[in-house]
Amino acid sequence: MSETTMTTDREFSEAAVPAPRTSGRTFLPIRQPEATPQPARSIGHLRREDIFRVLGAAAAGIALTAWLFTQVAPFSGVLPFIVLSYIFFVAFYAILVRFDDTLVGVKDKLATVLFNSIAVVLLVALVDIVVFTVIKGFPAIVHLNFWTQDLTKGGPLDPLTVGGMLHAVVGTLIMISIALAIAIPLGLLCAVFLAEFPGPFSRVVRTVVEAMTALPSIVCGLFIFATWILLLGNPTSGLAAAFSITIMILPIIIRSADVVLRLVPGNLKEASFGLGASHWRTVVHVLLPSSRAGLMTAIILGTARGIGETSPILLTAGYTTFYNFNPFSGPMTSLPLATFLLVKQPSDTQIARGFGAAVVLMVLVFVLFLSARILGGKGAGQLSGSGLRRARATSMRMSARVSRRPVVAPSDGGPYAVPQAESGQR
Amino acid sequence: MTTTTIAPSVGEATEPRKTIIVRGWQDHLFRALARSGGTLVLTLMGLVGLFLIIRGSSAINVAGWSFLTTQAWDPNSHHFGIAAVLSGTIIIAVIAIVIAVPMALGTSTYISEYAPLALRRFLIGTVDLMAAIPSVVYGLWGFFFLDEAIVPIAQWISTNFGWIPIFAVPGFDPNDPLASTTIFTSSALVAGVVVSMMVAPISASVMREVFAQAPIGEREGALALGSTRWGMIRTVVYPYGLGGIIGGIMLGLGRALGETIGVYLVISQVFTINIHILHSGTNSISSLIALRYGEANPFETSALMAAGLVLFIITMAINFGASIISGRSRSGATAEG
Repeated sequence: MSETTMTTDREFSEAAVPAPRTSGRTFLPIRQPEATPQPARSIGHLRREDIFRVLGAAAAGIALTAWLFTQVAPFSGVLPFIVLSYIFFVAFYAILVRFDDTLVGVKDKLATVLFNSIAVVLLVALVDIVVFTVIKGFPAIVHLNFWTQDLTKGGPLDPLTVGGMLHAVVGTLIMISIALAIAIPLGLLCAVFLAEFPGPFSRVVRTVVEAMTALPSIVCGLFIFATWILLLGNPTSGLAAAFSITIMILPIIIRSADVVLRLVPGNLKEASFGLGASHWRTVVHVLLPSSRAGLMTAIILGTARGIGETSPILLTAGYTTFYNFNPFSGPMTSLPLATFLLVKQPSDTQIARGFGAAVVLMVLVFVLFLSARILGGKGAGQLSGSGLRRARATSMRMSARVSRRPVVAPSDGGPYAVPQAESGQR
Repeated sequence: MTTTTIAPSVGEATEPRKTIIVRGWQDHLFRALARSGGTLVLTLMGLVGLFLIIRGSSAINVAGWSFLTTQAWDPNSHHFGIAAVLSGTIIIAVIAIVIAVPMALGTSTYISEYAPLALRRFLIGTVDLMAAIPSVVYGLWGFFFLDEAIVPIAQWISTNFGWIPIFAVPGFDPNDPLASTTIFTSSALVAGVVVSMMVAPISASVMREVFAQAPIGEREGALALGSTRWGMIRTVVYPYGLGGIIGGIMLGLGRALGETIGVYLVISQVFTINIHILHSGTNSISSLIALRYGEANPFETSALMAAGLVLFIITMAINFGASIISGRSRSGATAEG
């Protein structure tokens, strides 16, 4: 406190109430010697009553439903039994909670029960769909030939030990590779344009791209079918299918990449500009690396969508049972298309093969998805363990380089003049 | 980018300083490249849209206003319209959304608010993976499992709630024990349930992401004021995530309208408006295209394009509506780092 304020302070206190002098001293509160630190209480633990309530309500619900089904009403079937038991269970549970809780508490407990059961129902249904497919395809996929052969010899009457789906895997991979070879560079370039050059023109592009994400996949196929195949007279081929997939995934990739690029913190870019980097260097060295994970996710999710889509390929690729490595001529098939066409045939072996193809497709999507989770899933600047170590090592190297630099005394140009050695060092 | 500033002399300090940006040739090249990329995408996308509009409108011009009211699909005799397929598309999508939205909302709430931390990461992965499962897999499940499994349920609903028009099944007598149950298969309900299973994880994943962003301070504030967990969700998480909820629903609706294979596999196509959702037979625009594209008559293709155009416009309107709504809500707000 400076001299002047001290003076005014004293004057003030003397003029007003004759208060005790307080300046220059802080009184600490006197600690209660008997206050001991309390052990932390667990607030998330499950009480015995909670479990008893759920079990009791469940038992009462099932018992009441069983009594209704066997003694009273003309109900039958497993599903009505489950539904009715559940309704009674919820009702009994509400009554039990009401015994020793307020209405607010009852609502809270009911919401908990409801959300738990909805999540269980949806997840069980989804897992059921996958498991159902795997079980139905199991007779086909256990044979090694299913993964290593094409379907030339595997007719409707041939056993499952003959023929496989490798031709469809090859076709799928060729189509998606061509589609990605067009969609990734073009999509990323367009996304960079949208994020880096805002203006009336990019607003138009963004609006059109957003509109095209709504294009139903079958209409993409219909467009290629009407132009490339009917208008230009090309035959159905892998290339045509790849084009239709490109049209489908291009807006998806652009849109999600645009979102990711716009999430890059502005101060990173400003730092780059401030250090004198040009625009394109900023994009290449700051914008793209710091959003690498998100861009990867955008691309891989677009890929998963493109691999799994059947309808555009149905219109454009034709169908084969043999290997076709040439996307420019001859029909080509893909896994979803093979699944779709095989299960419509009135033959049990073909249906099993169709389910098998669906399993192969799911495995492919799963692998893609896993790689997306490993490569992506982190925001800009959030580094993994190894990435952090790498960044630290780079930083140490830089700092060592800077400290090795000869210290140059400021020249005559004043205290802020650029050292003469600077240009030579770079 | 090199920025050269013309230093102002002392007298004119009130004038804003002029900045001249000097760009190297690399920057000019980069600008040109990016701009050409944008132009190329615009051309490509515009071409698809324009082609669709031109070819489609030529078919609509032939049919006139009856395009919206005719139920039959016979382009060669110029007697065609989308009344049946459009109504079928909308009915299936509405069924799907009615089932999927509570499922998605409940599951996303459970994952973000109730699930134990160890389970949460696993559930997030599962739901996201389910959103990426190809639609043909859902179609298989619908065609081989649900179509039979749903018969007793549909029968029960139509017996007990048949007085509601949409649940009525004309031609089914509940008192006749020998009545064929095939009347209940391949219905709009089956297609709707299949699509709902497809759409629910997509919506749930969008909603979950928004719920997880609800500000922690407001959550703790609600809890500190004595709110229960449900009270906190109702007053903090849902109002904050409203944009995400609507966005998720709209995204799901868009997918439900455009879904082809999952629907095409399970339904039996009829060209009449069928509002009895339990009764066999319905239709959708995308199934119509999948069924009829092979008849390579240019005019028929134009007619299919017109149907596709209508579907495209509806989906586009829904998408834009969703982006406007979620743009206005708080959920989309992000901080500049």
